[in-house]
Amino acid sequence: MATRSMHAARTLAGDRLAPRRASDSLSAEAWRRFRRHRLAIAGAVTLLVMVVAVVVGPFVYRIPINEIDFKAKLKSPSWAHPFGTDDLGQDVLARMLYGGRISLAVGVTAMLIAIIVGTAVGSLAGHAGGVVDNALMRLTDLFISLPQLPLLLLIVYLFRDLLTKLFGLEAGVFILIVAVIGGLRWMPVARLVRAQFLSLREKEFVEAARSLGARPLRQIARHILPNALGPVIVAGSLDVAVAIIAESSLSFLGLGFPPDIPTWGRILFDAKDNLDFAPHWAIFPGTAIFLTVLSINYIGDGLRDALDPRKVMASRTPAADAGGVATPDA
Amino acid sequence: MRKYVIRRLVLMIPTLAGISLVLFTILALAPGDPFQELATNPNVPPEVAQELRHQFGLDDPVIVRYLRWFTSMLRGDWGFSFVSRVNVDTLILQRLPVTLYVLGSAQLLGLLVALPIGIYSATRPYSFFDQLATSFAFIGFSLPTFFTGLLLILIFSIHLDWLPFIFQTDIDATGPAWVWAQIKQAIMPITVLGLFQAATLTRFIRSAVLDVIRLDYVNTARAKGLSERVTLLKHVVRNALIPVITLVALQLPGIFTGAVITEQIFRVPGIGSLLISSILSNDTPVIMAVTFVFSCLVVLFNLVADVLYGWLDPRISYR
Repeated sequence: MATRSMHAARTLAGDRLAPRRASDSLSAEAWRRFRRHRLAIAGAVTLLVMVVAVVVGPFVYRIPINEIDFKAKLKSPSWAHPFGTDDLGQDVLARMLYGGRISLAVGVTAMLIAIIVGTAVGSLAGHAGGVVDNALMRLTDLFISLPQLPLLLLIVYLFRDLLTKLFGLEAGVFILIVAVIGGLRWMPVARLVRAQFLSLREKEFVEAARSLGARPLRQIARHILPNALGPVIVAGSLDVAVAIIAESSLSFLGLGFPPDIPTWGRILFDAKDNLDFAPHWAIFPGTAIFLTVLSINYIGDGLRDALDPRKVMASRTPAADAGGVATPDA
Repeated sequence: MRKYVIRRLVLMIPTLAGISLVLFTILALAPGDPFQELATNPNVPPEVAQELRHQFGLDDPVIVRYLRWFTSMLRGDWGFSFVSRVNVDTLILQRLPVTLYVLGSAQLLGLLVALPIGIYSATRPYSFFDQLATSFAFIGFSLPTFFTGLLLILIFSIHLDWLPFIFQTDIDATGPAWVWAQIKQAIMPITVLGLFQAATLTRFIRSAVLDVIRLDYVNTARAKGLSERVTLLKHVVRNALIPVITLVALQLPGIFTGAVITEQIFRVPGIGSLLISSILSNDTPVIMAVTFVFSCLVVLFNLVADVLYGWLDPRISYR
């Protein structure tokens, strides 16, 4: 508690004197804790390798993704085709490198949407209180009760053609999938942020800021949100994995991206009927999804160790009030 | 307690009405409708198509159609599938037993695997066994079911040729052979779903037991001279299971929707595959009914979880 109010006092008084010191030392501490989680580091390295591979890969590995060669169809991995070929003789590695960009981009973008919407709703509810809070929380409850996967399938199937017409094939499907996944994942973040707001806005340092005449927006942006960020980052990291799985599931059911945009899930969908002739065709993209999700889950675990106030602040604030939906007045 | 349950049940009605309104609006806003084919079919004169649209009330405003749907839903009239020309409720009831059979067994398998592993891990935290179990749990819930499903098919159907990879409802056998065939074809879908569940549950049971095992009353039990077995099973696990049971109840509807993918991989003719086929054929009444049933399950199990929690844990009071 003492450290925390000291930190608060420093941020308050030191806005001009030493603006970055306090937060720097906090993030350095978080990084130190994250580094101790060896599997999280391993996950971060694996993920980094994959990101570099899909970003740089297509420039280095120059086999086109749609070069059809029936003579080399369903070939097992070889020097010419390290991950083998599919039923049209297209190179699986080239397709995975290209499709991986989209799989990963879907994950990150959907996470950002979920976090932005969730933070906005949660802050508004937590800050405004009263009727607004009640209405927003009812809305959150409603969204939580929606059946996610069926709705995802339904919306993507129904609106795919419309958005394709509006934004082109690739961009249209991308926008649709990302918006729907993000739009169905913001609720936990909203609850988390609201709970943080309810407890933080009563804390001394926010009160101090208020009494010094800080406007509501400044109170939120400068004092409350930065302190509420930890659990949001943890939830966000796991949302990336959830979004990647959701996109792959959609594509795997044939309702996601079209065949000329080979995301990992789409490659699996195309490969599943040829398992007996060409198992490699399914194993490589499946392993890619698995490794990505596993890495992200370990990173999330490490981030929780590093950032979750329930663990970090255990010695500072005895009340573990970040626990999801708990409200002070309940 | 009874008052609380009744209040929650009453509150379910506006929630469900809201959810169904959202679903209905999405379906109504979407381009394309089941009568498009009639409009382009040269054998159907436009007047007839128009008459049919009118008869099914497709030209009315959304809100009118919604109210009509909702009231007839409440009366038990779930509509009529455009594609298979059967009442929607018969269609759903036809598909439900298979889904329940596969999901129920999977959930049971998950618990049977997760309970001993989770409890044992928590009694020896950070031991070799615990770390192994934690690693398997992480791998387990990072493996998407569509990939595990394909891997199992690859190993057990294609390489070893032990299990069939297509689920059949009309098995050509009687007596024990029929039972054996039923079990054999369900092994893979149940394993895929069950192990995925087990991974999440193991982590959760481990942390629930860990929370309890350090409490003072457990030390008291040991100090009284109770055997480790009795302390663990009667004092620790009983209390640790309270949040676990709630989690299981909360997860059940999610498992239902998760089964969509597993049913699709193994061609299990359950509710999930009904949903996919109805989406693909634009069969609005079926889509609406199935998604609505899923939402009801979510809302209902949320209530069940809350009530169970209070019933098992006397420290929780209802207001």
